[in-house]
Amino acid sequence: MRAIATVCRKEVLETARDRRTLMSLLLGPLLGPALFAVMINVLVTQTLSSIEEPLSLPMPGIEQAPNLEAFLRARGLLPLAEHEIATLDDAAEAVRAGRHDVVLAIDERFAKTFGTADAARVTLVFDGSKSRTGSRVARVRAAINAYGQQVGVLRLVALGLEPTLLRPLSVEDLDVSTPAGRSGLLLGMLTYFLMFATLSGGLHLAIDSTAGERERRSLEPLLTLPVERAELLLGKMAATVAYMLLALALTLAAFAVAFAFLPLERMGMSTSFGPLTALAVFAVLVPFAPLGAALMTVVASFTKTYREAQTYLTFVLLVPTLPLIFATMLNVEPRASLMWIPSLSQHLQIMALIRQEPLAPGLALLSAATTLAFGALLAWIAVRLYRREALLG
Amino acid sequence: MIEVDRLSKRFGAVQALDGVSFAAADGEITGLLGPNGAGKSTCLRILSTVLAADSGTARIGGLDVRADPLEARRRLGVLPHNSGLYPQLTATENIEYYGRLQGLDEATLRRRVAALIERLDLGAIADRRAKGFSQGERTKVALARALVHEPRHLLLDEPTSGLDVMATRHLRDWLRELRAEGRCVLLSSHIMQEVEALVDRLVIVAHGRVVAAGTPRELAERFPNRNLEEIFVAVIGAEEGRA
Repeated sequence: MRAIATVCRKEVLETARDRRTLMSLLLGPLLGPALFAVMINVLVTQTLSSIEEPLSLPMPGIEQAPNLEAFLRARGLLPLAEHEIATLDDAAEAVRAGRHDVVLAIDERFAKTFGTADAARVTLVFDGSKSRTGSRVARVRAAINAYGQQVGVLRLVALGLEPTLLRPLSVEDLDVSTPAGRSGLLLGMLTYFLMFATLSGGLHLAIDSTAGERERRSLEPLLTLPVERAELLLGKMAATVAYMLLALALTLAAFAVAFAFLPLERMGMSTSFGPLTALAVFAVLVPFAPLGAALMTVVASFTKTYREAQTYLTFVLLVPTLPLIFATMLNVEPRASLMWIPSLSQHLQIMALIRQEPLAPGLALLSAATTLAFGALLAWIAVRLYRREALLG
Repeated sequence: MIEVDRLSKRFGAVQALDGVSFAAADGEITGLLGPNGAGKSTCLRILSTVLAADSGTARIGGLDVRADPLEARRRLGVLPHNSGLYPQLTATENIEYYGRLQGLDEATLRRRVAALIERLDLGAIADRRAKGFSQGERTKVALARALVHEPRHLLLDEPTSGLDVMATRHLRDWLRELRAEGRCVLLSSHIMQEVEALVDRLVIVAHGRVVAAGTPRELAERFPNRNLEEIFVAVIGAEEGRA
């Protein structure tokens, strides 16, 4: 036990002295939450803000269509008072240059053609390659279609015809998704960010203390000391776990801060991510750290150099995504038959915590126990690998 | 006392050791001499229990290293071919790390480290990180590290390689001191001149076999009118002619 503590302390100290490693350890955890916050903000702005807020856009020629203008105004679509657009070419140029997202151009013959057998023409000018503007274009289009339909219905009524003649089918949407369900996809990514941060926190140490130590030729003298190889390896893995948990704690703190600024409720997400939730998520992911450390150590034990180990371990960082992809695709619910799968069981627990639908303690225990058992199995394999003579190459 | 009896070890198609036997006595410096690839390092690695022999026995102070490898390691101090220091730790921390893993208590450890720093003249670099050390400084720290648990037996793999003249002289002086304390010192080298002035006994190996052994004087008598280097070339040449 004393040897394990000695090795662990030395590895922690040595890593803490390596400025580059420490920088990546501290900055890495901030990257995920920052990226997450940006993505959610972009998504929210794209899908929501435009629906609620009045939207001003240039409507050249709108003075010919006072009824249409009134209809649009009622729907929060306001003609921009000052604009330099007179012709369709002007409109195209203004949109291309990015001065306006969308322009509604009323045909100069609108007043003449309106009410005749010819359809009156309006033109929507927009840049389809800008996904940001998509929702605004759709909003304007929907309003104009609604106006067109309303006018059409009135005309049919004036002719004494039943308006439903033109609507043989009636389609209604019934969306049964819950707010929590809608947030599922994003929160699936949250789990992965957390696991990724945890694994990358220990990546350097897992490689350096095995493949790196061998490459620098400090492993052989270490093996001439009266310490079992299992003790050496457990000490190294303990140090790896320590750094993994540090990285996880930093990431969670950053997420807790980021979530405070995210407009999740506006997306209909019932999400809370306060300090208490962060602590609970930390507790859920603690058993994942030894599993990750043992997995990385096993892979690093196969390799001869730091670089080789780094190459293989890049793939290992993707391993925990596999159950998450499965879970997101099938939208699985927590149940005992799934809670033995590491990474998936942590994911299901984190989702439950964020939805504030606590799981049965039995399921959480099952998850922790099986994850730790897998970790112990991998640690045992790592120790076996360390007993090989080929270790010294 | 280090005893090696009919030690054999094969790596794939290569017979690294082929029935090597010799003994290194306490209070003597024994030189394991041979060209590169002769099996010197393999022999030292089996003694330090890093490798296991296919057959034969290796004893440290009468103890079979296979029967109790942990106890054998406690009796041994090992200076590896590459110093194998941790670049981010200071000289003192490097020595302390090994002392703790050797099971020393903190009071003893502090006393021993202070004594070794004094004795090996490491005061100037004691609190500097090892990454900037010269080869001579690295060897000194590695030697201190190997001595921190006061082993009776010392294995040194090519201790003088990469050292300049002054560092080599210092190392020789320290090894003579260790001999005077009654320790059993076994070192390997592939350069005759380096060990000529230092060793009490020579074991010359080539192709995994002992081709000549004895004190420098005995070898000189067996091969009259030749200096040790010529003897070295003669016995290795004879071996290579036979192979």
